[in-house]
Amino acid sequence: MEKFGYAQSQKFDTYASRLMPRQEYFTMGHRACQGCGEALAVRWVTKAIGKDAIIAHATGCMEIVSSGMPQTAWMHPWIHVAFENTAAVASGIETGLKILERKGKLAGPMPKVVAMGGDGGTSDIGLQALSGAMERGHNFTYVCWDNEAYMNTGIQRSSSTPYGAMTTTSPPGKKSIGQSTWKKNMVHIAVAHGIPYVATASPSYIFDLYFKVRKALETPGPAYIHVLSVCPTGWRSATDMSVRLGRLAVETGIFPLYEVVDGRYRLTVEVPKMRPVRDYLKLQGRFRHLRDPEINLIQRHTEANYKLLLEKCQAPFPEFPPMFPPEEPELVAGA
Amino acid sequence: MTTKFRMALRKPLEETTWQEIELGGLLREPGSARAYRVGDWRSQHPVWTKSRCIRCGVCWTVCPEPAIIEEPGGYFDMDPDYCKGCGTCARECVTGCITMVPEEE
Repeated sequence: MEKFGYAQSQKFDTYASRLMPRQEYFTMGHRACQGCGEALAVRWVTKAIGKDAIIAHATGCMEIVSSGMPQTAWMHPWIHVAFENTAAVASGIETGLKILERKGKLAGPMPKVVAMGGDGGTSDIGLQALSGAMERGHNFTYVCWDNEAYMNTGIQRSSSTPYGAMTTTSPPGKKSIGQSTWKKNMVHIAVAHGIPYVATASPSYIFDLYFKVRKALETPGPAYIHVLSVCPTGWRSATDMSVRLGRLAVETGIFPLYEVVDGRYRLTVEVPKMRPVRDYLKLQGRFRHLRDPEINLIQRHTEANYKLLLEKCQAPFPEFPPMFPPEEPELVAGA
Repeated sequence: MTTKFRMALRKPLEETTWQEIELGGLLREPGSARAYRVGDWRSQHPVWTKSRCIRCGVCWTVCPEPAIIEEPGGYFDMDPDYCKGCGTCARECVTGCITMVPEEE
């Protein structure tokens, strides 16, 4: 596996922003909100994909903002498909290309097949098609834009919404804490299919994202990339904080960046000293109603998950932040 | 300010009618959204202080449009047609040479 992607990415190992490719495949003029982290992610993923690719895109934010009817922001051959069948369409495209190649009707190299979808189109509605396509072993790459709710229809909760988040269908109040369930771990579901390449990425770490997409494209067989994309509108954060929030999500351990190559885990961005999740939560209006007990619960849950991941990666444990306040005060009997 | 990415479209958006759209909603012109000037949305715009700019290109990498273009000298500047004024470039600038200035009437 080392010869795929890694050899290609050698020339980018200088990590200089200026040396990244200048050709834009997701052009300006799309209608994404100001400071959209998802548009930034799409921009870099399409740059990493490069020429000769066919994209099937599920309904979602990036489909709405990029293809207002007589116009399109995409430079690739691009097909809009429904929520349920993104991966099914991608596997159909891949099979069709394979047959064309076998009959000798395909001039030039085999085009890359990429499917894209939001978190609703991936972990809720499109999960059965994605699971089937991964199981059949089609040579395609699935990219999930995870903005943690159904944002374009008005911030409804999805299975990817984290615990405690305010959405319009999980409003906080006297009897509710907001979203009452933990975030579905879509990456582990993809790993469980035994596919050759699974990774998490974030547009705040552009080089990391770029290499992972290149690696996924060059992997023979299905590959899955989960991209955390900050949504200033739905997360109720400032428009200029989207890159900073993506970095904080990694530094607090809420969204660690790792890749799974043939079942072997590897942490790609190591954080020597973890930050408390409070730093990440306090910048977002959707977590504004959380108080110390809930934040401590999220901190404990994040730490436990992160330690499990580090054990799988065989990486050393970082320095975790102290809990504040340390424990709940005990109830005095008879009081 | 160069607008080198600007593309001549066959017809403006306002004059296109539904009869002219191909069957199945096929769009044969890639990247035609460039005809739509999203720069009208912004309430503030970035201003580069050239004396402090190290020309690293981080502002260009973090722009969710791409509304930041490179000038011949290697410095970067915004594209007034497409900058939405989110302020990500000013927040992420390594040397802090970008400031956000409110738009004037």
